[in-house]
Amino acid sequence: MSEMLSPTIVRLGVRSIFGRWRGALLFVLPLVLIALSILVRALVGQDATGAEHTLYGLGLVVIVPLVALLATSGLLAPEIDDGSISYLLAKPISRYTIVASKLLVAAACIVVFAAVPVLLAGLVLRTDDLGFGLGFGLGALAGGIAYCAVFAMLSVMTRHAVVIGLIYLLVWEGLLGGLLDGVRWLSVTRWSAELVDRVAGLELVDDLPLAYAVPALALVIVAGAWQTGRRLRAFNLTGDE
Amino acid sequence: MSEIRIDHVSRWYRNVVAVNDVTMTIGPGVTGLLGPNGAGKSTLIAMMSGFLAPSTGTVTLDGEPLWRNEQVYRKLGLVPEREALFDYLTGRQFVVANAELHGLADPGAAAQRAIALIEMTDAQDREISTYSKGMRQRIKMASALVHDPAVLLLDEPFNGMDPRQRMHLMELLRTMGAEGRTVLFSSHILEEVEQVARQIEVVVAGRHAASGDFGAIRRLMTDRPNRFVLRTSDDRLMASVLLADASVRGARLRSEGGIELEASDFGRFSEVLPRLARAHAVRLHEVTPTDESLESVFSYLVAQ
Repeated sequence: MSEMLSPTIVRLGVRSIFGRWRGALLFVLPLVLIALSILVRALVGQDATGAEHTLYGLGLVVIVPLVALLATSGLLAPEIDDGSISYLLAKPISRYTIVASKLLVAAACIVVFAAVPVLLAGLVLRTDDLGFGLGFGLGALAGGIAYCAVFAMLSVMTRHAVVIGLIYLLVWEGLLGGLLDGVRWLSVTRWSAELVDRVAGLELVDDLPLAYAVPALALVIVAGAWQTGRRLRAFNLTGDE
Repeated sequence: MSEIRIDHVSRWYRNVVAVNDVTMTIGPGVTGLLGPNGAGKSTLIAMMSGFLAPSTGTVTLDGEPLWRNEQVYRKLGLVPEREALFDYLTGRQFVVANAELHGLADPGAAAQRAIALIEMTDAQDREISTYSKGMRQRIKMASALVHDPAVLLLDEPFNGMDPRQRMHLMELLRTMGAEGRTVLFSSHILEEVEQVARQIEVVVAGRHAASGDFGAIRRLMTDRPNRFVLRTSDDRLMASVLLADASVRGARLRSEGGIELEASDFGRFSEVLPRLARAHAVRLHEVTPTDESLESVFSYLVAQ
């Protein structure tokens, strides 16, 4: 079997995400975003600044990475923790196929639970500007998939992937990203914000060329997936001795 | 006919040696990997199934390396020790998924065959989360057998099985061995191993301690000299008295006190020692077996 994707792993992946309580959170996050957008629109009306802050501060910075973290950690970490990943690995399938199939499921989660809700929230907030919602939707999609690749890599490198992922989001992307301008060169959220800027004609990040942000996103996705596959090729399954 | 060859393999975790210079060949038929808990059995099976790299040495299946070589799983089935499965699937869905992952032409039929073989047909449509320990063990077996592998590795497969399931699994393993498959299972219980395995490999403290059929291993155990350290109220007297007995092959006074003793006939020695000590009014403070290798382990295994 040398296909890029395995339908069986995709199917199992979908069931494993929604077979756990974490799956429910995936529905809650986008609902919160849309509910808040409706609230903002009702209270403030059609306001460019308010809309921008809601979709960036809540959508791109919080919801998108959290959806990525939930989807990815539900896909890989539990199976690695309890050893059941050995049933996927003890098969004549390329490890990269396993990773690609799992990331496809994660990317689908990003579309359904992050990109589309962000797009909808954008349409709610700015009925006058279609590009606003589209830009944020596209940024959410690209940033979300990049986050999935990062978290997938964390899942195969450490048993504390969720905790480390959260710390990374809070400290690097959140705290330091807000304080230090230089972080934009190494920040998935800022790269995706640059994408939003271009499509929606906004100014979320200053002085970050699109010609840098887009390749950087692509590189993170490819390198994260590749490194995850490489680690799975050398997966140690040790007993309870 | 397939063969796993382990050639001068060691494996250590940081500075702890789990497997120490082991060389063995696992051929067709049923082989039992026997040893106490923590002897390195799971580490060996992990290396034989491509889930762990040896620190030194090579592990091969029919000449092919097992590490970083997913193609070996075409002819290898693994039943891991850990219980975790895809609990949200039914037994049948799980086995079918395994068949699909192997790229079998008719996954449904292959799954039915494997499920029937391990007698799980009645429970196949229940969710795995409702399964008992023994049922989990059997559905794991089905998933490992679904592609009809030439080599089957099982890590502690009898754990958690009731006597009837145990008998059935033993029968199944014997049949598979008789069909010319290479079957290896690990156990810390001698009684299990001797009932199924044609060949027994004993692992103790990471070393390959013995190899052969059950008779050969029992002979090896009883023929070996037993070593002890004694601390007594009069070492010199006790040593000379013991040396006069036929059950003792050698005695040496240690400079730090105590006697190093080698007994050739353990049964007789254990009977003679207290008798002689009392007859000569020597007090025994300590009798410690120092040869930790085979016979102490063997008695441990037999006592299980």
